[in-house]
Amino acid sequence: MRNRKKAVPERLTKREALSLLRSSDLLEVGRQADDLRKDIHPEKVVTFVVDRNINYTNVCVNKCTFCAFWRNEDDPDAYLLDADTLFRKIEETVELGGTQILLQGGLHPALDIDYYCDLLRSIKDRFSITIHGFSPPEICYIADSTDLTIGETLKVLRSAGLDSIPGGGAEILSDRVREVLSPRKIRSSRWLEVMETAHGLGMRTTATMMFGSIEKPEDIVLHLDSIRELQDKTGGFTAFIPWSFQPGNTELAGQQGNPGAAGAGRRRSKTVFQPATAVEYLKVLAVSRLYLDNVKNIQASWVTQGLKLAQVALRFGANDFGSTMIEENVVASAGVSYRVTRGDIVDSIKSAGFKPAQRDTYYRVIGEY
Amino acid sequence: MEDKALSGGRLTRKEAIGLFESDDIFLLGRLAASAAVKKNGNKAYFIRNMHINPTNVCVNRCRFCAFSRSRGDKGAFELSIGDILSKLASVTKGGRNSGATGQKRLQGSNGGIREVHIVGGLHPDRPFGYYLDMVSSIKERFPFLHIKAFTAVEIDYMSKISGLGLSGTLSRLKKSGLDSMPGGGAEIFDRSVRERLCPEKISADRWLEVMKAAHKEGIRTNATMLYGHVEDYTHRVDHLLRLRKLQDKTGGFQTFIPLAYHPKNTDIKGKYTSGIDDLKTIAVSRLVLDNFDHIKAYWIMLGEKISQLALNFGADDIDGTIIEEKITHSAGALTGEGLTAVQLSHMIKKAGKVPVERDSFYRKVGQ
Repeated sequence: MRNRKKAVPERLTKREALSLLRSSDLLEVGRQADDLRKDIHPEKVVTFVVDRNINYTNVCVNKCTFCAFWRNEDDPDAYLLDADTLFRKIEETVELGGTQILLQGGLHPALDIDYYCDLLRSIKDRFSITIHGFSPPEICYIADSTDLTIGETLKVLRSAGLDSIPGGGAEILSDRVREVLSPRKIRSSRWLEVMETAHGLGMRTTATMMFGSIEKPEDIVLHLDSIRELQDKTGGFTAFIPWSFQPGNTELAGQQGNPGAAGAGRRRSKTVFQPATAVEYLKVLAVSRLYLDNVKNIQASWVTQGLKLAQVALRFGANDFGSTMIEENVVASAGVSYRVTRGDIVDSIKSAGFKPAQRDTYYRVIGEY
Repeated sequence: MEDKALSGGRLTRKEAIGLFESDDIFLLGRLAASAAVKKNGNKAYFIRNMHINPTNVCVNRCRFCAFSRSRGDKGAFELSIGDILSKLASVTKGGRNSGATGQKRLQGSNGGIREVHIVGGLHPDRPFGYYLDMVSSIKERFPFLHIKAFTAVEIDYMSKISGLGLSGTLSRLKKSGLDSMPGGGAEIFDRSVRERLCPEKISADRWLEVMKAAHKEGIRTNATMLYGHVEDYTHRVDHLLRLRKLQDKTGGFQTFIPLAYHPKNTDIKGKYTSGIDDLKTIAVSRLVLDNFDHIKAYWIMLGEKISQLALNFGADDIDGTIIEEKITHSAGALTGEGLTAVQLSHMIKKAGKVPVERDSFYRKVGQ
């Protein structure tokens, strides 16, 4: 049963994407995504980046209901990393062959743009490392608190050393869903505006999507469509990273798990919020590959799915294994933690039938295994 | 080959090896899933069960095992029959006084377990009577509990201790309350691989002989295959073919369970299997073992995620609640030790299958 590829692949419509998401034929959706992945990446290479996820603070004014990481400024376990700790973390990263730090944090009310610029400069002064940092909610918060436009803010940060921007904070780009998940977080249009502006300045960014909370398939399609439309305009997205909501220790799971709370009697319910299963993850991943025909790289999320499912994901549209994650705090705070070494990642890619390669932030291969 | 698989034709050795070597996991999955639907419709099964390991003291020293100990080793343990009964009582709530309430709970009405799975090491000096007592005491105290116990390796060992031969040993156990047998100890049948993995363990011939004797006594059993260590695809296929051959004769196997090797704390070390290999192995097993009713994706070893996917690759069973698992966890299992019936049922539904809570003979229970 050799599959014949179309000479010019037709672009998936929203309606088609929706019907694929609703399809019960997981293997057929997977096969289509795998075929497209083979067209885009015929060389059978699967890339990964060696980096460290550094969260400079967990203090955050947004307090999103799906997040288990945020704290109030006066909470006993609230923190702001001091410079020595930060430099030590980066030094370790460089020693381990890391090329990038993913620098993200909460929206801390006491920090201003000077703090961020100093932070960036102090890192660049000491280390030759790519700073992939500050997702759109942080960029907007910095801009608003200094009365600068997004463009001005990005220019200032870039000249202080910011290299590229991670796609976090996108969650689901549907304001209906954001109203519930993250009412204080920037709206879809602002997220897209930050990305468009960054791309306009020549900065590359990634895009993410967090699914498996309260969204409907229509919301996922809306999200994918917003990314594809902007990518048509700018071409600035390097990769798309879908990952699933991890309900541990989050307010959202508490609400969902206790449906009687709002009603009379506060009936205690034992219903547990069920995270997205493997079948749902692979389907969303495959549809993302198919819909985002203009985004070159699709990342498998071993951090949320485990290595075995990430391997299978390489046959459902993904071509990148993300980061070796020398340190990861946010997902771990929701109770999910797979401890994995670079060797494990290389082995996993190989035994899934692919050639592992280390890449930089811009998805250029810098080392083969 | 595709037409043959779809029409239910029997696969040859060469075709089965070809399936393992194929890169087309989507075709493989589709063929296996359609074979599964022919056997079990859209159903996928789970059971409320518990695992008990009476001891980890074992005279064998299998190279792939991280569970076994010698007597007196650090971490060696031996459960008394009393210990086993209290473990069971603790998960069946009303079981302690073995009154009518307890019996009702065990029937599943309050989420009690229906089956206990008992496997352990080959203990150097426990008499045959200990095993008979274990089974009869459980049966007496928990009459509604299905006792699935003792691998072919343990039965062979008991037959030596008892001097009663296989059929004598099996019939005494059955009279005492043994209901069925698990499929462990099969590992890989190939002689040279077996020599490297578990030189002290009974041979493939003997394993099959025990199973044949059990089937003859009217004891249904499962069958397993440990893969992902030092074997290759031909060894896997030969293993499956020998099982298929015996099943043609006896029809006594209920379920085949491919077991993914776990490398931590073992002598032969090595690596975890890939998720893709796990799914392929499920699919090829489903296609080759056309005379087995069920293929199980054992979630303890595959992980919940791969087990769920396996339901789209030919499996129709994901085992059960288990509660406490020691053997795979000694070798670095990445899963928890238990899942609830609600979680199992959710996984099955999201795979597009109809969850069916079963008893030990795959009869539907509950709503």
